[in-house]
Amino acid sequence: MNVGYYPGCSLESTAGEFDLSFRAICKGYGIDLVDIPDWNCCGASPAHQLSEELAFALPYRNLLNAEEGSLQTVVSPCPACYSHLLHTHKAVGEKPELSDRLAEMVGGTYQQSVTSKHLLDFLFRDIGVERIREGAEKPLTGLRVVSYYGCLTRLPGVDIDDAENPTMMDEIVSALGAVPLEWSHKTECCGASLSITRTDIGLRLANEILAAAKGMKADCIAVVCPLCQSNLDMRQPDVEKKYKYSYNLPLFYLTQLIGLTLGMGIKDLGLGKLVIDPVPLLRTKGVL
Amino acid sequence: MKVLTRQEDVHQFRDEILALSGEDSSHCVQCGKCTASCPIAPEMDLKPNQVLRYIQLNSSKPVLQCSTIWLCASCETCSFRCPEGIEIAIVMDTLRKLAIEEDLATGQKQIVAFDEIFLDSIKRYGRVYELGLVMRYNMASRQPLKDAHLGPLMLGKRKLSLLAHRIRGRATVREIFRRSKRFLGK
Amino acid sequence: MTESSQDEKIEILTHSEVSEVKGFVGNFDVTIRKKARYINETKCTGCGDCIEKCLTFAPNEWELGLGKRKAVYKPFAQGVPNVPVIDRQVCGHFTTGLCNVCSKICEADAIDYAQEDEYITEKFGTIIVATGFDQFDTGVYGEYGGGRFKDVITGLHLERMLDTSGPTGGHVIRPSNYKEAKRVVFIQCAGSRDEAKGVPYCSRICCMYTAKHAIILKDHVPDSQSYIFYIDIRTAGKNYEEFYKKAQREAGAVYIRGRVAKVYEKGDQLVVRGADTLTGEQIEVEADLVVLAAAAVPRDGAKELAKILNIPHDTYGFFSEAHPKLQPVESVTKGVYMAGACQFPKDVPDAVATTGAAAIKACSILSQDELTIDPKIAYVDPEVCSGCLNCLQICPFDAIRTEVVDGKEVASIVQSLCHGCGNCASTCRTKAANVRGFSDDQIYAQISAPLFSKGGEER
Repeated sequence: MNVGYYPGCSLESTAGEFDLSFRAICKGYGIDLVDIPDWNCCGASPAHQLSEELAFALPYRNLLNAEEGSLQTVVSPCPACYSHLLHTHKAVGEKPELSDRLAEMVGGTYQQSVTSKHLLDFLFRDIGVERIREGAEKPLTGLRVVSYYGCLTRLPGVDIDDAENPTMMDEIVSALGAVPLEWSHKTECCGASLSITRTDIGLRLANEILAAAKGMKADCIAVVCPLCQSNLDMRQPDVEKKYKYSYNLPLFYLTQLIGLTLGMGIKDLGLGKLVIDPVPLLRTKGVL
Repeated sequence: MKVLTRQEDVHQFRDEILALSGEDSSHCVQCGKCTASCPIAPEMDLKPNQVLRYIQLNSSKPVLQCSTIWLCASCETCSFRCPEGIEIAIVMDTLRKLAIEEDLATGQKQIVAFDEIFLDSIKRYGRVYELGLVMRYNMASRQPLKDAHLGPLMLGKRKLSLLAHRIRGRATVREIFRRSKRFLGK
Repeated sequence: MTESSQDEKIEILTHSEVSEVKGFVGNFDVTIRKKARYINETKCTGCGDCIEKCLTFAPNEWELGLGKRKAVYKPFAQGVPNVPVIDRQVCGHFTTGLCNVCSKICEADAIDYAQEDEYITEKFGTIIVATGFDQFDTGVYGEYGGGRFKDVITGLHLERMLDTSGPTGGHVIRPSNYKEAKRVVFIQCAGSRDEAKGVPYCSRICCMYTAKHAIILKDHVPDSQSYIFYIDIRTAGKNYEEFYKKAQREAGAVYIRGRVAKVYEKGDQLVVRGADTLTGEQIEVEADLVVLAAAAVPRDGAKELAKILNIPHDTYGFFSEAHPKLQPVESVTKGVYMAGACQFPKDVPDAVATTGAAAIKACSILSQDELTIDPKIAYVDPEVCSGCLNCLQICPFDAIRTEVVDGKEVASIVQSLCHGCGNCASTCRTKAANVRGFSDDQIYAQISAPLFSKGGEER
């Protein structure tokens, strides 16, 4: 099965392990990921904040390239990238004037043939919970996992079961043989978009989320967003220093946890790239 | 003190935002669920419900100069929970745009600066060059050592690359930038 | 209720519903379905032995699931008649066929498993609808737990708990662990004034009953503390504002102006996150119990009942009055009146007042031998009528019947049902149907008057 793939800038750098592990598990399930040819940055919030046209034109080029590369479905791991592709696709369908203008700016007409999906949707509905359960050769028995969805549930177009109490990730975690924990901060925003410009806010919000997870005696947190992960993982030592509390909570990409059950190793899944070292935890639980 | 004179059309600002965004701030009953829901509210100088209140009273200046519109993380929790169905996050988008156009983006200048550097990175390479982005932002914001402790860690884990990734279609991207209308009036 | 049940001029049919209404004011033919209760009402002495010996338990609806009842039960202590009912869905006799305990134990031989629904049709002069209201399902609020948290309850649950003869004997407990609740957070407008997830209107009763709850709670649990999140406090009624102040001053309730964003569990307690819009601060309150003031909504089945009674309802399903100011308890269908909250949320004084008004309206018809009606109603000239009966379809009040005149089937108006809306007149192709005072000739004359002089010249 061929599936289009839009990694986005984060997965080339700070979230390299998200990219690695997603590619690895797709290979495991016999899915060939085909990158959008010569993709560019979606523009993220800066384009959204400073120029409406730019916020549409940058994703438009990606949609166009995907279409020219005959990709029918494009999976995005980053919720922001995903929502920008989706918004642009929708706007092109709804506003003919904008559509013409974008075609002129980018130098080609997008025929609206691409279906965008967020990675969680793809894991849950396309690969499917049953297949993940059946493929879990090395179950994560006894691993206490809180699933963190962040603002993903409220992004328009993301087909999440229940925006206030989503359970899609939890169902996958359960299929992996781990223990999904109910907790209070599943859908609270982590403030990652401010992590560089207003680090203080990012740290406060990260602390609240980490504290809630620790309060449930979680062993680790599972995420599906490169920004959430880096704000909670890379900044965790800073949070610990500022709020004088040792969390030591590894932040796994859900794809890494899936990869572990498929029998993949530290290198295959980029576990060494995580700032909070998960290896001791995985050894204690007998996963590694 | 705000004086509502005979000459003033009290709905002018509301109508302007309504025309740009399709969101009618006068539907707000000031219940405060947005403020209660907002993850960033403690750091905002005007709370989300107060932003809507100023719009209802035709006070554009406090709203266009506040930090709120720049701190808004667009998580959309407010929109999602608003009992009146007002897309408050979209109102925030619209206010940012107006603030830039009227050159009143004084609330959080460093965020605008960051946005500019971020976009410049895309313009140059087609993708974001994260190391360069952070370094340039730190220089521009005169805090060269901010997050410096993270540098070696990230480089060591190969989470940041030293060189920018350049896409082939850079000329198209530059063309897109050249032709895009910016909100900046200047 | 007991008094009414003993009045020889009042017949109370419980466990029954109206299934069909025909006829018109003064002459309603009402078919009532008396549901089988599997107990012979005339034989039963109300001793309660069957209830005591019954082996099957079910959640108690009257206590909103806070307690249990038997499969054979009386819905509540003061209910009339003093005869239990068997719940077929759970009763061992009906589910397994093995249990006959109540039948064996009953000395009056009143248990009748073979009893069937009974239909009775009787004539009535007027009808008063008093079907009340339901509580909004607060499960739509995922942010308040959406039913996941046991200690998030509704005002009605608390009402039952505060009742000294209720399921907890007047103790306010946390359903999760049965411990006494000391810190109680009330959330107003749970469903009311919410165009996105609930209903747009104000439910009118919640501000006052919450103030009452705060006062009684303080009385029952002196070291308790209430917090009340509200948007606006509406105290329009005699002594209402004073009562609200009493909740603040004497019961020490803390009112916080802002709608709650979220309720979450932290350890074994609940945390309520809201905002105090008066200071602009976010605020979190740790709580043992959270009480939602659920919106008042029309009764389940209200729209179906409206169809049976041929009375209009609003978009929500509340029955509509004939005129909001001048005919507040009358429906547009003559002889059908409304009392209480089936029309719109009402508190006790309002419900009692409308009930009295509806009763008097009904009496004013029943006390007369002849009915005086508005003269501006429709009539059909049988000689002109072609018998197409299009008017029959179009009449919104079901006021047209057929009759045979000179061997021809023609339309005929039931005068007491007609409202003079004129639909039949404008539909009638042969101009046989007209409204008195609004015949074509009369309307043309009205138009002509300002246009032409008496001599017929254009003005």
